[in-house]
Amino acid sequence: MDKNINIKLRIWRQKGPKEKGGFENYELQNVSQGSSFLEMLDILNEKLINEGKDPVVFDHDCREGICGMCSLYINGHPHGPDEDVTTCQLHMRKFNDGDTITVEPWRSAGFPVIKDLMVDRSAFDKIIQAGGYISVNTGGVPDANAIPIPKEQADMAMDAAACIGCGACVAACKNGSAMLFVSAKVSQFALLPQGRVEAARRAKNMVAKMDELGFGNCTNTGACEVECPKNISISNIARLNREFLKAKFKD
Amino acid sequence: MNKINSKIPQGPLAKKWTNYKDHQKLVNPANKRRLDIIVVGTGLAGASAAATLGEQGFNVLNFCIQDSPRRAHSIAAQGGINAAKNYPNDGDSVYRLFYDTIKGGDYRAREANVYRLAEVSNNIIDQCVAQGVPFAREYGGLLDNRSFGGAQVSRTFYARGQTGQQLLLGAYSALSRAIQKKQVKLYTRHEMLDLVIIDGRARGIITRNLVTGKLERFAAHAVVIATGGYGNTFFLSTNAMNSNASAAWQCYKKGAYFANPCMTQIHPTCIPVHGEFQSKLTLMSESLRNDGRIWVPKKKEDAQAIREGKLKANDIKEEDRDYYLERRYPAFGNLVPRDVASRAAKERCDAGYGVGPTGLAVYLDFKEAIERLGKDVVEQKYGNLFQMYEKIVDENPYETPMMIYPAIHYTMGGIWVDYELMTSIPGLFAIGEANFSDHGANRLGASALMQGLADGYFILPYTIQNYLADQIQVPRFKTDRPEFDEAEKGINERIDRLMSIKGKHSVDHIHKELGHIMWEYVGMARDAEGLKVAIEKLQQLKKDFLTNLRIPGDKDSLNVELEKALRLQDFIELGELMAHDALDRNESCGGHFRTEFQTPDGEALRNDDEYAYVSCWEYQGEDKAPVMYKEPLDYEFVVRQQRNYKS
Repeated sequence: MDKNINIKLRIWRQKGPKEKGGFENYELQNVSQGSSFLEMLDILNEKLINEGKDPVVFDHDCREGICGMCSLYINGHPHGPDEDVTTCQLHMRKFNDGDTITVEPWRSAGFPVIKDLMVDRSAFDKIIQAGGYISVNTGGVPDANAIPIPKEQADMAMDAAACIGCGACVAACKNGSAMLFVSAKVSQFALLPQGRVEAARRAKNMVAKMDELGFGNCTNTGACEVECPKNISISNIARLNREFLKAKFKD
Repeated sequence: MNKINSKIPQGPLAKKWTNYKDHQKLVNPANKRRLDIIVVGTGLAGASAAATLGEQGFNVLNFCIQDSPRRAHSIAAQGGINAAKNYPNDGDSVYRLFYDTIKGGDYRAREANVYRLAEVSNNIIDQCVAQGVPFAREYGGLLDNRSFGGAQVSRTFYARGQTGQQLLLGAYSALSRAIQKKQVKLYTRHEMLDLVIIDGRARGIITRNLVTGKLERFAAHAVVIATGGYGNTFFLSTNAMNSNASAAWQCYKKGAYFANPCMTQIHPTCIPVHGEFQSKLTLMSESLRNDGRIWVPKKKEDAQAIREGKLKANDIKEEDRDYYLERRYPAFGNLVPRDVASRAAKERCDAGYGVGPTGLAVYLDFKEAIERLGKDVVEQKYGNLFQMYEKIVDENPYETPMMIYPAIHYTMGGIWVDYELMTSIPGLFAIGEANFSDHGANRLGASALMQGLADGYFILPYTIQNYLADQIQVPRFKTDRPEFDEAEKGINERIDRLMSIKGKHSVDHIHKELGHIMWEYVGMARDAEGLKVAIEKLQQLKKDFLTNLRIPGDKDSLNVELEKALRLQDFIELGELMAHDALDRNESCGGHFRTEFQTPDGEALRNDDEYAYVSCWEYQGEDKAPVMYKEPLDYEFVVRQQRNYKS
């Protein structure tokens, strides 16, 4: 049964990308465990505004765990201590009365802080722009049922396509690698006949862009898979490596 | 005098779109390069339009308020997308999809638009598959379909419970490719704050860079609004937190008509409200009604005991359960359209049969489906939805029935557009949920995705050329013109005014008040008296907003509270227009239910003789009543009937 709890918060505050940041301490009383983590932050912000202080800036939008806009590194975990959820679906029932909760932004060379807990993830868009698509124009495509695709293949493509682009994998990785993100997109298309045509080019271009944007290398620690709110498997990274190698051999 | 010209092509229904395309004006490739198009929004409609227009050779500028185009709220659509493929061989056709959509919309949509929508629906599925959208498939490798509310065929394509995500990512990938090829220039974290009109035509926008706080100017030959609906007027809705109506509202204030603002959709299957601090409502896909059965206890004392926590859902015996949708609508059962299902839930709860701590919930039960199909199959179909429910409510829906209640979900009303998707301002177009066009008084499930992509991929890229063909001689505009100066000055004054109030209430505090007023008086059931109260209260709230608002920080940097305040000011004004429109429409139709107008058994009572029109509101200035024009909905091809989902 949900009850009300008192909590202490240590939240990273940073005025801008070039400013020095630091932790600030806050206390909240009587937070319902039925509220979501972001609703708890709403309550904090309401309090700060009423006290004439600057509210904490954080990214969020759909609050249904699908848009990938929310982030937050909570008590050492991207998206907090619960499994298979984004921060917006993390609920306060995962915390106890008297807990101190530490909240930080994603920390990675690829994601510079904009303000407080908000970071710039436009690097992910740039990686997709480098090749995360099948090159078809609108119109002039074959009938949707023209190419049968085995259900298992389609399901595996869907597993990979479930990535929400939140960046938790990068935040979790000690190297700040974006391999899980890149491999999910490469896998989705590599598994489908429509995507095979450009599979080699896609893998090469996306990996090159990822390297260029300052993301680290993958050393197979598997932290990304553990922290991924959508359970994207690291077997996708193996598939990416195969596609990448095949592409290099062809060159 | 009727100022409305919907420009519907002549000829038989099935030939109108073909005839239009055969005879419209086109722009040749060399000229396309010289024409700039602004697209505001990157959801299904915006992203697909920007990508397609870019591919065609236009120079496209695309804007979104999020950090990435992929965050647009289309991403949250769960259930699926309709198309008239008739792959399951169950009797579907373009005409039947058209007919179901017109009927589902309670005969308040344009025939020609809806027929066109049904016609292009099949192209959308082809397009998405070619893009690599991983739709659900059968073991034979072909696409799978499921059924949805308001239809007796299975025409819904889906990608697990996250169809919107997959379709949006498809459009996003097409957009990303166009960006890479420099056909589209993307501006993220930019919010449109005003429309710039030069010599009566839409020629640009002013945006606020949400990171720096700077106002920026952009000029183009045409402007496309694809910024979604206005469900967040109600504060609590299934919309994303940042979904807003401001871009559309600025267009209205610059002279674009706003159509059918009272037509809002209440979705029957949302997770019930749990407390004062709640920030938004979470939808449980309509697809769940395929296998879930909706019920409340037959006996009031059982409902009472459940509310008090003395009984649990599973304690109620089969014969003591009232499957009220199956009882009232034997032909469609749990798959009646959304408006019908929502009102039926409200009726039961108002009569004292509601469950949950607040009594504002009904059960959605999968026990029978699990027995019939096995837990594995149910998990395969709905696993992610069940998981989401459990995370939020902390109950396992495989074991106890889900609790659901209706919530604001979608707005059928929006910026008025003609057949070409052009608004009443030349050169200004509106697509997707932002326009009013295709769903009439009620949208069927899995039709929003269809409409967004139809507009963006297959309709606007044609119709906009008919306008731009006349514009090839018009040189690019500079943004130092007086029209831009004036628009920017207006925004600065508005922002300064809000920043200087320094009152005592946060934006959210006032937004919640707005939500209470809207839900109470302009919500699922409305009456004339309540609507008049709403208008009074909203006018008062507008004043309170201007005296009590508090925005911390400054305007020249990232300021989330300022962003929200600007949106809220527009929501309050829009709320009032919704109430005016609801008051004008003395009938019940689709999502607009006036309690004075119902049949003896509680169904919506339309009045086709007097209200078969689109209400088009024109802004007259601050504190002046808007003027309404009527676009008559003359049905040439379909005979209007009382909607019947019973037999």
